[in-house]
Amino acid sequence: MAKTARVITITSGKGGVGKTTATANISAALAALGNKVVCIDADIGLRNLDVVLGLENRIVYDLVDVVEGRCKLRQAMIRDKRLEDLYLIPAAQTRDKNAVSPKDMIRICDELRKEYDFIIIDSPAGIERGFKNAIAPADEIVIVTNPEVSAVRDADRIIGIVEADQKGPAKLVINRINMEMVERGDMLAVADVLELLAVELIGIVPEDQAVLVSTNRGAPIALEPKSKTGQAFRDVARRLAGEEVAFSTANGGGNFFGRISKLIRPKAGS
Amino acid sequence: MPEVAFKGIREGLLVSLGDGDWPSLEQTLYEEVGKQGTFLKGAKLILDVDAHSINAASMGRLRDQLADQGLALWAVLSRSPLTEQSAQLMGIATRIHEPDPDPEQSDDEVEYVEEPSEHLALTDVGMMIKRTLRSGANISHNGHVTIIGDVNPGAQIIAGGNVVVWGRLRGLVHAGAEGDDNAVVCAIDLSPTQLRIAGHIAVPPTEREQNGPEVAFVRDGQVVAEAWTNQNST
Ligand SMILES: Nc1ncnc2c1ncn2[C@@H]1O[C@H](COP(=O)(O)OP(=O)(O)OP(=O)(O)O)[C@@H](O)[C@H]1O
Ligand SMILES: [Mg+2]
Repeated sequence: MAKTARVITITSGKGGVGKTTATANISAALAALGNKVVCIDADIGLRNLDVVLGLENRIVYDLVDVVEGRCKLRQAMIRDKRLEDLYLIPAAQTRDKNAVSPKDMIRICDELRKEYDFIIIDSPAGIERGFKNAIAPADEIVIVTNPEVSAVRDADRIIGIVEADQKGPAKLVINRINMEMVERGDMLAVADVLELLAVELIGIVPEDQAVLVSTNRGAPIALEPKSKTGQAFRDVARRLAGEEVAFSTANGGGNFFGRISKLIRPKAGS
Repeated sequence: MPEVAFKGIREGLLVSLGDGDWPSLEQTLYEEVGKQGTFLKGAKLILDVDAHSINAASMGRLRDQLADQGLALWAVLSRSPLTEQSAQLMGIATRIHEPDPDPEQSDDEVEYVEEPSEHLALTDVGMMIKRTLRSGANISHNGHVTIIGDVNPGAQIIAGGNVVVWGRLRGLVHAGAEGDDNAVVCAIDLSPTQLRIAGHIAVPPTEREQNGPEVAFVRDGQVVAEAWTNQNST
């Protein structure tokens, strides 16, 4: 049966907020739900999605090899060790960022659409060429932010750009929420972020050291059945797949929603 | 074949386009710019597109293509409100001279026109935008500006006249930017990062409660904010 993949780009504005982590975990969780998934690392020059997925040592060809015709698309697709319906197209490590154009990305995604359910693209930070490459083929955009004023401000800017590009309303994942800090009033709460960004929330992911451990092991935390953080990423995947999943209070959802609005309000003289 | 004319002016390099449909004009522009080679490199471009409507996606492409050739698209001049809006969204200027203040203009003459097909309607005196201005958005207009939506931190409005925000105002706003002390700023939630009226800068209070709709204006050389219901005192 012919498929028509949804192309979803994960982006952020500010760097280091967890795009790559989210891409790996959402892709793995979608594949674990029985979807055929390809993820593409569009961060040319700074590839690391392969490391997070633990596939680094299998790379022979990369995205730039595909674009420049040195290999077939299939040859650059690495199958995951755990999930047989999860593939990765890695970024090139040391090449010129301009080696890939938005048109190339659209062509590659169109070639994959018929055989897969989801194409998940990991965007680089910023709004430069790599970001444009990443959003060009996207049907949907997921913005990752941290509950922190500067990250939220950059997310807002990216949402504005995405809206102007007529990509439809962006969806939001808030990553690295720290319960204790929210309770102490030292961190923006979910409600504060949502009030400003006014987009659909599809995930709240707690701050968790186990994320680093799983990254180092190259095993996405979404595949650890007992992990709450893994559950948070699995919930994001299910929401993307169209399921209605409540934000569980077990995950801290209830408390996170409290708001400390004075943090987000501009202060005098700022 | 449509033509492209280059002219050096004080603000930069003015590029005017002849007649023709937009795609072929755009193509000709790239070709002409390409022909000039390194001669134009680093130039600040002011592109006059007359009445052509250019959406935000095409505007972004235009800017990128020109940037690839070493040209900065600094301003886009157009009679099309859509084009002006796309340019402003990208932070591209839409006028190159400070417009002359109109001494005849009084609030009674304000007139807003709604064009059903566009997000934005523009007359001589007013600009209306029906969406939230997010961080990075930059609106400048010599008349009054009305926003139906929020103005988020990092967004900026500079208006020759009044600014009315039917939503939360949390960005930077400058009303009466050409020196009109009588300009006002109104918002349902008035919590700007910075508020200026003509040459006066408001210092927002440290702790603010949600006060409901407010209007800010200049009284005795200072910017003050009052509840909207208290209008008779002004
Ligand atoms: N929920 C979390 N809890 C703890 N650490 C996290 C969490 N999410 C991400 N991290 C850590 O934050 C760091 C940055 O994450 P990641 O590389 O996914 O960000 P990114 O947005 O892709 O960065 P870049 O902009 O450089 O591409 C990594 O060390 C990662 O392990
Ligand atoms: Mg990354």
